[in-house]
Amino acid sequence: MAAAVIVAALTQIDRALKRALPLTLGAVIVMLSVVPLPIPEYAVLAPGFLLMAVFYWTVHRPDLFPAWGAFALGLFDDLVSGAPLGLNAFVLLLAHFSIVAQHKVFRGKAFWLIWAAFAILAAGAHALTLLIGLLLAGAIPDPLAAAAQLGLTVALYPVAAALFGRVQRLFLSGG
Amino acid sequence: MKRPGTLMKIAAPMRLLAQRAAFLGLLGGAVGLMILGKAEAPFIERARVAVADALVPVLDGIARPVQTAANVADNFRALLDVHAENARLRDQNAQLLHWQQVARNLEAENRSLRETTNTTTEASFTYVTARVVADAGGAFVRSVLIAAGARDGIAKGHTAMSPAGLAGRVGEVGERSARVLLLTDLNSHVPVMIEGTRDRAILDGDNTDLPRLVFLSSGARPQLGDRIVTSGHGGVFPPGLPVGVVVQNGEQGVRVKPFVDFHRIDYLRVVDYGTGGTLPISPVPPQARRGR
Repeated sequence: MAAAVIVAALTQIDRALKRALPLTLGAVIVMLSVVPLPIPEYAVLAPGFLLMAVFYWTVHRPDLFPAWGAFALGLFDDLVSGAPLGLNAFVLLLAHFSIVAQHKVFRGKAFWLIWAAFAILAAGAHALTLLIGLLLAGAIPDPLAAAAQLGLTVALYPVAAALFGRVQRLFLSGG
Repeated sequence: MKRPGTLMKIAAPMRLLAQRAAFLGLLGGAVGLMILGKAEAPFIERARVAVADALVPVLDGIARPVQTAANVADNFRALLDVHAENARLRDQNAQLLHWQQVARNLEAENRSLRETTNTTTEASFTYVTARVVADAGGAFVRSVLIAAGARDGIAKGHTAMSPAGLAGRVGEVGERSARVLLLTDLNSHVPVMIEGTRDRAILDGDNTDLPRLVFLSSGARPQLGDRIVTSGHGGVFPPGLPVGVVVQNGEQGVRVKPFVDFHRIDYLRVVDYGTGGTLPISPVPPQARRGR
């Protein structure tokens, strides 16, 4: 009797942990993104791994990646990276909204179509980030660096998607 | 059979409405935070500092193995050209021995001059060396997070040095973490001078790797390769700290390449040029000071 209760409780905990995985992964990505790397210009060209995570999970498991999650991760990123507070929260929230609004479009589509959609979204998110940065911090972006960063973000999406897909199949296939 | 259907008909739009309201609320929250941040509300800095304090142990744990791996790679690379490096260092050693002699002569002369004029000795300063645990770069900010804070004696405005030269100054301080604003940051304005001519200027960061010299004193003609040092004006930095060299002098303005390699700063020395603190620093090791 007691054993059954414990098993039931553990199952509940296991389920909760698994369901928290997409958001936890996002938080880990934020922390990893500020680790000092000995690569010249990395800080300027660092691809938007957090945007990739928001996109992937909102497309594939919107139930586990609510709007407040995108907002919270963006805010966390702002606090950790020293970007103007609210900037990434705003951009990621809008990205989340536009994916949810187009949710039917993504259902059962080929990967390259989803990738193309990501490229469009990333371009929009980058442009918005730079615009708000200009307004808030007066930071005039280097167009070449901005383009290179966007290119890198789009180019690396399949790698990130493969990784997230693995996590999804391993831990979240049961729902 | 009919009830659940009607319920669904009402519930679905209600849920959508609630979702839209939540979305708009969060969006408003983000905009509000941006406005508060722009207005530099004090609680925003406190929030930043609190998060940095909480994260420093985690970030330190991630940064250490990465730095170790980078060092191993560096060592391996260094092994490959150990021969050429050796020859270069021998040359440099010969030059430095000469400079050491010059420095000793000057120090002796300086001491005797001080004695004859009864000059008070300069205030001593203290420093803390801290590991860099996070590097926030990008279009908006050039700063690093170090794993030392108020409990180690660091305060806002302290100078951050690397062995090569000035790196920046402390902008935010938590209990065990501090954010250092680098020379290249948009909000960095350092009073400097050209070492040879003593012409004054301000070194302005603009989030690129090469900060700009602005407000050059009239008649100043900076040449490529001129060394830039702090001038000590404004009282934030003491005079004479090495900053960088002039590398561009054209339509883009006069640009300076800092001595610090911002892509490879593992440690920073945070120096308090005021009074009080932890460790005294002597510019010449005691045994060298005694002379031969």
